[in-house]
Amino acid sequence: MTSLVDQLIVLVMLINFAALGSGRLAVAIRAVAIQGVILGILPILVHSFSWHLVVITGGLILAKGIIIPWLLTGAIVRARISREMEPYLGYVPTLLIGAITTGLSFVFAARLPLAPEHQGLLFVPAAIATLLTGFIVLVTRRKAISQVIGYLMLENGIFLFGLLLTEAMPVMVEAGVLLDLIVGIFVMGIIINQISREFSSIDTSRLTTLRD
Amino acid sequence: MITGILLIPLLGAITAWLIPSDRSRPWVLPVVGTLHLALTIEAALTPTSPSVGMWLHLDAIGKLVLLSVSLLFFASGLYAVEYLAYRRERPNRLLCAMLPVCLSAMTLVAFAHHLGLLWVAIETTTLTMTPLLYFNRNARSIEATWKYMLICSVGIALALLGLLFLAYSTVVARIEPTLLLEPLVANARLLSPAWLKAAFVFLLVGYGTKMGLAPLHTWKPDAYGEAPGLVGGLLAGGLVTCSFVGLLRAYQVCVAANGTTFHRDALVLMGLLSMATAAVFMARQADFKRMLAYSSVEHVGILAVALGLGKGALAGALLHLVNNSLTKGVLFLAAANIHRSYNSKRCEQVRGALRRLPWSGGLFLAGFFAVTGSPPFGLFVSEFSIISSAMTQGGEWIGGLILFFLAAIFLGMARTVLPVVMGESSRIEHTGYRDRFLTVVPPLILMGVVLMLGIWIPEPLSRLITEGAALLGGNVP
Repeated sequence: MTSLVDQLIVLVMLINFAALGSGRLAVAIRAVAIQGVILGILPILVHSFSWHLVVITGGLILAKGIIIPWLLTGAIVRARISREMEPYLGYVPTLLIGAITTGLSFVFAARLPLAPEHQGLLFVPAAIATLLTGFIVLVTRRKAISQVIGYLMLENGIFLFGLLLTEAMPVMVEAGVLLDLIVGIFVMGIIINQISREFSSIDTSRLTTLRD
Repeated sequence: MITGILLIPLLGAITAWLIPSDRSRPWVLPVVGTLHLALTIEAALTPTSPSVGMWLHLDAIGKLVLLSVSLLFFASGLYAVEYLAYRRERPNRLLCAMLPVCLSAMTLVAFAHHLGLLWVAIETTTLTMTPLLYFNRNARSIEATWKYMLICSVGIALALLGLLFLAYSTVVARIEPTLLLEPLVANARLLSPAWLKAAFVFLLVGYGTKMGLAPLHTWKPDAYGEAPGLVGGLLAGGLVTCSFVGLLRAYQVCVAANGTTFHRDALVLMGLLSMATAAVFMARQADFKRMLAYSSVEHVGILAVALGLGKGALAGALLHLVNNSLTKGVLFLAAANIHRSYNSKRCEQVRGALRRLPWSGGLFLAGFFAVTGSPPFGLFVSEFSIISSAMTQGGEWIGGLILFFLAAIFLGMARTVLPVVMGESSRIEHTGYRDRFLTVVPPLILMGVVLMLGIWIPEPLSRLITEGAALLGGNVP
């Protein structure tokens, strides 16, 4: 069981690189969706069975694997774009930064004062790496939709850390968090649509009218 | 009673959504506001017991927050009727439905004692306000909306990570993992100090982003500048207050842990930085609504410093929280009136508002004096008590810096406000907008309360402030 969990977590980290290195938005959306589904499966594998977990798993797979990718794909179709052109930083440099931060996450995680049963697990370094990758995507990409993808990866990283303590989060709260995430992405999708209508582009570097 | 106070706004939202006419729909808002305010006052005056499982409990801090939010919403709802009647060219269904949902979420913030539930409620306030920023449907407002949505979402996500760290500190401490406030405070001394510290950093950054503490305030001037006045007032008075509650709850745990003064130093530092930032950007502000955003940055700064100072400043902080939210209501509603009348919010175009709109101009001027902490308004009392407690408990240089920034901000703000209000009316064309009963009375009510708080604080309110300060001082709720 543990080896399967470890393999899945390694896969999550590999998906980080796929999202970092891909210029095609559809690929990036799919990558994050797969990442979300894996995160949805993990709770069932690492914790003992309970209905609480079944509900969470079902909700996560539905939200991250189906609803959110569908909302984002809808947004890129309506905005008629398929590629992230000229990000602020090229793909090779961002991949390099991603590799370095992933390495550093392992170093950092080893120094954290974790509970003894959590030491040596891949969860924590993978969580930090995914979170930081999300940040990298957020700040290095111009297109509004890529920034949403970065935000989702950040959220995935936080969720990975949360797997260490499912007991503290009652199902009501988990559901609330998930619902807020879906509504958030829905609203972002609408805003992206309005941006593309108003600016004939979803390049956020054009959003510079307001300044002091 | 808890269910009533949470559900009335939601029922109001559904009603508003179903009413077909743009003309009669806005009346839902004052009705919801009145009912909510009546229930809130009743709840604030009666002793409350926690719900089953301790998830919902209206303690003294919650009561103060609920009172100020409810009063602010009541005034904004009343104001909305005439304002939306003037802006008939815009559909108002979304606005009339979303504002009550936001009120319900803000009410939940006041009640929540489960920190995860509190987080969900705060995030919901962010989401419900987002579409309202885009009320004017132009390029500038979409830009502001995008920045608000993205920056606040990322901020709130980091706050969630902070909460997970807090929960993890219980795992490391080998006590039952929980995010309920009471057990966390009761067991605070056992919590792992390293994880608690990390949790506080992330919660400060996360909720600080939504409050607009510098340097995380960058979305604020854009959002406040482009949002319609009544939405801006609720952002600056309501949402800021709610995210501050998130910080207060984390603070309660840290104080009870009693290990370090780290969280206090961080708060003082961020607070002073916010005041400095506000002082710098307020000085040459050409847009009087953006200026209000920097005023908000200033006041969250004061709140953070007061929290960091602790002890005697805590009561001041709670009074300041109430004062700030009500004064922001006055300023934004009056500013919206001026904006409508001139159809501009640029200071070089808007002059002599006192002649054109005697009531709104006067309220804007009075609001300016109130918000800069001039006597006899409530903010004078709260700022005075914060500064004097800084001076008496060995934070002389902090007190001195606050005074210096307050003076700089007063001068900077006066340079913008005085020309807008005083002087000859500019030659800019008259719009059909006039001061009307329903656009003047709501800010007037709020102004009256702020004035009252400067002269006389009713006994029940002062008791709530004392009780709230005791909760923040490390007493078990």
